[in-house]
Amino acid sequence: MTATTLEKAAVDKAATVEFRGLRREFGPTVALDGLDLTVRPGEFLALLGPSGCGKTTALRMLAGFEHPDAGEVLVDGKDVTDVPAHRRDAGMVFQSYSLFPHLNALDNVAFGLRMRKVGAAERRSRAAELLELVGLADKGLRFPHQLSGGQQQRIALARALALRPRVLLLDEPLSALDAKVRLTLREEIRRLQQELGITTLFVTHDQEEALSIADRVAVMHAGRLEQCAEPAELYQRPATAFVAEFVGTMSRIPGHLAEDTVEVLGMRLPVEGTVPQASEVDVLVRPEAVRVEADATGSATVIATAFLGAATRLTVRLADGTEVKADLPTHEAAPLGAGAAVRVSLPERPVLVAERAR
Amino acid sequence: MARLNPWRWVVLGLAALYFLVPLASSVIFTVDVPGQGVTFDAYTQIVSTDGFVSSLLLSLELALATIAIVLLLMVPAMVALRLGAPRLRPVVEVICQLPLVVPPIAFVAGISTVLKWGPDHLSRTPLFQTFVAIQNPSFPFVLVMAYVVMALPFVHRALDAGLRAIDVRTLVEAARSCGASWPQALLRTVLPNLRGALLNAAFLTLALVLGEFTVAQLLGFQPFAVWIYSVGGSQAQLSVAVSVLSLLVTWALLLALAGVGGRTRTASSRG
Ligand SMILES: Nc1ncnc2c1ncn2[C@@H]1O[C@H](COP(=O)(O)OP(=O)(O)OP(=O)(O)O)[C@@H](O)[C@H]1O
Ligand SMILES: [Mg+2]
Repeated sequence: MTATTLEKAAVDKAATVEFRGLRREFGPTVALDGLDLTVRPGEFLALLGPSGCGKTTALRMLAGFEHPDAGEVLVDGKDVTDVPAHRRDAGMVFQSYSLFPHLNALDNVAFGLRMRKVGAAERRSRAAELLELVGLADKGLRFPHQLSGGQQQRIALARALALRPRVLLLDEPLSALDAKVRLTLREEIRRLQQELGITTLFVTHDQEEALSIADRVAVMHAGRLEQCAEPAELYQRPATAFVAEFVGTMSRIPGHLAEDTVEVLGMRLPVEGTVPQASEVDVLVRPEAVRVEADATGSATVIATAFLGAATRLTVRLADGTEVKADLPTHEAAPLGAGAAVRVSLPERPVLVAERAR
Repeated sequence: MARLNPWRWVVLGLAALYFLVPLASSVIFTVDVPGQGVTFDAYTQIVSTDGFVSSLLLSLELALATIAIVLLLMVPAMVALRLGAPRLRPVVEVICQLPLVVPPIAFVAGISTVLKWGPDHLSRTPLFQTFVAIQNPSFPFVLVMAYVVMALPFVHRALDAGLRAIDVRTLVEAARSCGASWPQALLRTVLPNLRGALLNAAFLTLALVLGEFTVAQLLGFQPFAVWIYSVGGSQAQLSVAVSVLSLLVTWALLLALAGVGGRTRTASSRG
């Protein structure tokens, strides 16, 4: 599976994409509310967010299927807002199966080349090359209905790459596939993207997917960008409470703010990042940061355990009724069944706080 | 799969009796003349009667024109409706079903009123010529206009079913992101996937136009159905032969259309 010819073509023209103050309303719903985002050349950027936060709308604006009410889309610094979709130079893979049912795999991949009036011989050889790239060289004569979902999405990927687009747009291409195929296919997408060095936007609402394959992850919420950062930073230093809770699992433990420290679980910990105005706050903690020890005099009780393999996730109810999730190595968690009395503590590290939710 | 369920045979047998017995009786009646043995006189007489070819051709031309116009009108409209204004769909549906509700006799009464009223009021304007032209007996365009309206319900149904089966928006967008302009996207991705529906629509329209009698007769034109009626006249054998013949002609044309459609389908799926 070599991609040398494709690679060279793509690398030296990897594009920068910029969304500036994009706004779009559909009647009463605001799909995009001033979205600002920059995608670096050759980068694999995942757009992550809850359903309805405007991810698809943002992608469709870059593809040219949707027009912004305000703001602009720049590719390499040039405003493309008025360029029609078929001249945008953006390959797209859709969430639903979108292959042309009346064409076989080869003709599907060659469709774009045909539109560009590439000769039949070259068309065929290039389509075959692309099919090989996605590992389906032997399926060229099959029709879409004779292919599995994963195979169809691979062909769709090959079709999107056929015109050597400057930007590759993937709108939840894996969401219709079963778990196993998803895993292999996402790895393959990543590998291909790295080989081709093509600027890629990958929409997903699966945070694990986003964190595991993207160079950077942009978290969206209600039509705006919350944070755009590398996966590790996003996980360890979420910029907002929304990001903190959306990415990974977070528990909220009520605390009391005193200057720039917070009193929680009988400890006094420094606050990380901005300190909110209110004095009643919630401390946000990851399950792996919560310590749980068996203690007959402890005021907390284990209410549920879930075996995750090497770790076990405990759900613990504190004296005030708050539920906290904690991950413990499985051998430590063994004696802590449901109903066990425990003591909960946090490590001596700065913690993230947010205004109390209720 | 096809289990030889006796009930199926019973139903099939009854249906066959219902359709074939009258047909066979008609054929026997026309060819078996008492005292002369088997003879095809009735049929040769019809075919040799003046106007057979010309009226059949006229019907075919009318059918072709109707199919072309109704499809050119409805396909872009229905696709646009699906992509741009899904909320208008029920409105269009109701409008397209209207011709089923209005009886042809009322329809033709309206048309002939307009045709009579028009020339009186427009005699000094160029529109007068238009009125004359659309009533040209060698190709009465006014009939095409009427048939387009009458075919609307069937064409709408057929196309709607076809469009329901495909995801038009995604197909068009996929084509557009592959560098196809709007017209190319429609021609290259939507139409090929609508072939079945287009064929059905053409089929129904052809059958409608070939069999249409009321409007043509009352407006005084002579396509095949009207001609065949006028030939039948008072001769019993001849009039039955005429109806058998018109049935056969319609069948032959529909089979030809199906053959053409079927062949292009297999051809394209190979190439
Ligand atoms: N064509 C449209 N007409 C009306 N409302 C729309 C349209 N497209 C999107 N919306 C609305 O805009 C908002 C954002 O939609 P969008 O499809 O961008 O969400 P998303 O982030 O892709 O969600 P999901 O993860 O469910 O795909 C939603 O509230 C949606 O209902
Ligand atoms: Mg979406």
